[in-house]
Amino acid sequence: MAVFEYAPAPESRAVVDIASHYGLFIGGEFVESEDGKPFKSVNPATEEVLAEVTGAGPRDVDRAVRAARAAYEKVWGPMSGADRAKYLYRIARIVQERSRELAVLESLDNGKPIRESRDVDLPLVAAWFFSYAGWADKLGYAGFGPDPRPLGVAAQVIPWNFPLLMLAWKIATALACGNTVVLKPAETTPLTALAFADICRQAELPAGVVNIVTGAGGTGQALVSHGGVDKVAFTGSTEVGRQIAGSLAGTGRRLTLELGGKAANVVFEDAPLDQAVEGIVNGIFFNQGQVCCAGSRLLVQESVYDEVLGRLKRRMATLRVGDPLDKNTDVGAINSPAQLARIRELSEVGEAEGAERWSAPCAMPERGYWFPPTLFTGVTQAHRIAREEIFGPVLSVLTFRTPAEAVDKANNTPYGLSAGVWTEKGSRILWMAQRLRAGVVWANTFNKFDPASPFGGYKESGYGREGGRHGLEAYLAH
Amino acid sequence: MPTDNGSERVEVRKAYKLYIGGAFPRSESGRSYPVSDARGRFLANAALASRKDARDAVAAAYKAWPGWSARTGYNRDQILYRIAEMLEGRRDQFAAEVAAAEGLSRARAAAQVSAAIDRWVWYAGWADKLAQVLGAGNQVSGPFFNFSVPEPAGVVAAVAPRSSSLLGLVSVVAPVIVAGNACVVLAAEDRPLPAVSLAEVLATSDLPGGVVNILTGAVAEVAPWLASHFDVHGLDLAGVEDPALAADLERAAAGNLKRVLLPEREPDWTADPGLTRMRAFLEIKTVWHPVGI
Repeated sequence: MAVFEYAPAPESRAVVDIASHYGLFIGGEFVESEDGKPFKSVNPATEEVLAEVTGAGPRDVDRAVRAARAAYEKVWGPMSGADRAKYLYRIARIVQERSRELAVLESLDNGKPIRESRDVDLPLVAAWFFSYAGWADKLGYAGFGPDPRPLGVAAQVIPWNFPLLMLAWKIATALACGNTVVLKPAETTPLTALAFADICRQAELPAGVVNIVTGAGGTGQALVSHGGVDKVAFTGSTEVGRQIAGSLAGTGRRLTLELGGKAANVVFEDAPLDQAVEGIVNGIFFNQGQVCCAGSRLLVQESVYDEVLGRLKRRMATLRVGDPLDKNTDVGAINSPAQLARIRELSEVGEAEGAERWSAPCAMPERGYWFPPTLFTGVTQAHRIAREEIFGPVLSVLTFRTPAEAVDKANNTPYGLSAGVWTEKGSRILWMAQRLRAGVVWANTFNKFDPASPFGGYKESGYGREGGRHGLEAYLAH
Repeated sequence: MPTDNGSERVEVRKAYKLYIGGAFPRSESGRSYPVSDARGRFLANAALASRKDARDAVAAAYKAWPGWSARTGYNRDQILYRIAEMLEGRRDQFAAEVAAAEGLSRARAAAQVSAAIDRWVWYAGWADKLAQVLGAGNQVSGPFFNFSVPEPAGVVAAVAPRSSSLLGLVSVVAPVIVAGNACVVLAAEDRPLPAVSLAEVLATSDLPGGVVNILTGAVAEVAPWLASHFDVHGLDLAGVEDPALAADLERAAAGNLKRVLLPEREPDWTADPGLTRMRAFLEIKTVWHPVGI
């Protein structure tokens, strides 16, 4: 069959203006560090240095927390919910107006395809601010008492896989509830958070309500352990989440954690297979599989195993891997050399433990950090690739015979963030949804997000929810 | 009461044991400790629970939890109400035990028992209402049906408050089990007798064995094993009065990221409980499905 080649269709990067150096955003202005060290943010698709960014030291973090405290006590805490709402609506509008620029910047700094940053990340960022803006003057109706109070200063540490979207989840909710924030973006993806600082200035958000401190793990540790914060919110690995939970013991500070996952995507024999295959691909190759709720364990009913696997491989062979700014690209770059090394290591372990590896035949760029869409067959529940979060475009395929076996295998993990079910039988969907121990169950769909929909995990995937009315609880005293 | 030959009747005393998996075993360690009333007079020997007793209790709770959480709300509602009925029938016994344990007048002890009975009735009614009050239909921006429901976190370990040996205990256990969790509760260390008698009420109320397991013993010895157990999903520190121990337990709970409810500074167990204790051990599950033809 003749296949038409795609011509390159690159998005222009002329819409973004990256400074050569960024300070810290504290008290409404960019300031230089007192005790930190600069570091560089790199485009993972080209290894080009994008900017020099400031690694905040403990004194910088302290300054930021004090700025947030002052803003909380003098301005943001006493402000009416209706006025807070108007600031958040302003931010939502500016995000919409600057969404092209922010999408390109996100793809440059993170490596994700422009198709995703443009069509998923940025629309959700704007929607999150817009939706939570509307909560700011309606908190008394949210089910947490007639007059729920904010907590104070929130320390927020977010990951690199959805840099601006995770910022929106954290900041929109905290601000709507009347808290002020100090947010630390991930070391490898600080640029959209710094652009967001500029949006706060354009919105004339009162100084100190949002503070952005960039840096690596040490900066995050200084922030979450700072005695002046009332609330800690962390999204990232279960290992770090565990450490934070342990380090906050005895402080009485509120904590929410959105951590790792090893989601099962369960395909029954009566599933609509074309849609299921699209859902499997979206589940594990969306954002290069660097998604905490990725459908990284495919559970296929034995009777359709050969058919599903054949269709899946055919579909994977058509995935276009390469330049994130090309509008035809399906799979972009891995975010960092460290993450690429982890994906490679676990894939090698998968082979060493006896699973069979198959990668989509695709050309990959010479420079940058790349990993082809890959699946493993012959995987057992004991294999590390079926137990550990790989956080990359690697799918482990297992089989089952009965619904009960599917449930047992799906739940056989310390994680419990998400799960998928594919079947045309409605009663079976609900039967499965009741039994899957996961905070989000996608039935005949996968990887859908919305500001009105609570998101968060069971068990070692963390605690607390983000999104919807339930997301408010994390930022209110009640 | 005078007997035929004119002497006082020798009363039949009760052996106070543990309550694990619906049975009343002694501690596997063979240990016991003397329990005195508020004035220091000997009341009974209670079982001094060991690490293995704690683990047995967790195993029993873990086994009971799936069946209990699968019951209908109406059924759990009736069983909790049945507990109140059974307790009502034994008011005098509990009033005597609470009076002895806490050094209260008979009237004030009776008021505590009444409040405990009423608390069971109040929580019972929540069994079929939590999903409506804590769940949601979510209006997402796309062609999807999307709803959220509360589900039990699993096995919850609790340290019952010392200040209120019956009402406090009931106020900790009822919100855990009404939603479908199973519970291991460590009774107030020096006032454990009302808890053991409550176990007799639970055992005769159609509550499946293992849904509530009651241990008596030393908090500092047993609680760390519960806080670090990987089959425990939630930890209620209501009765931990030592802040250093509470912090240690919270740190141990981080091992598998248990949901932890911290002790209140000066809890008023007679106040309206609100939703907090139920919400603490519930997970919110959100389900998406496309809408189409």
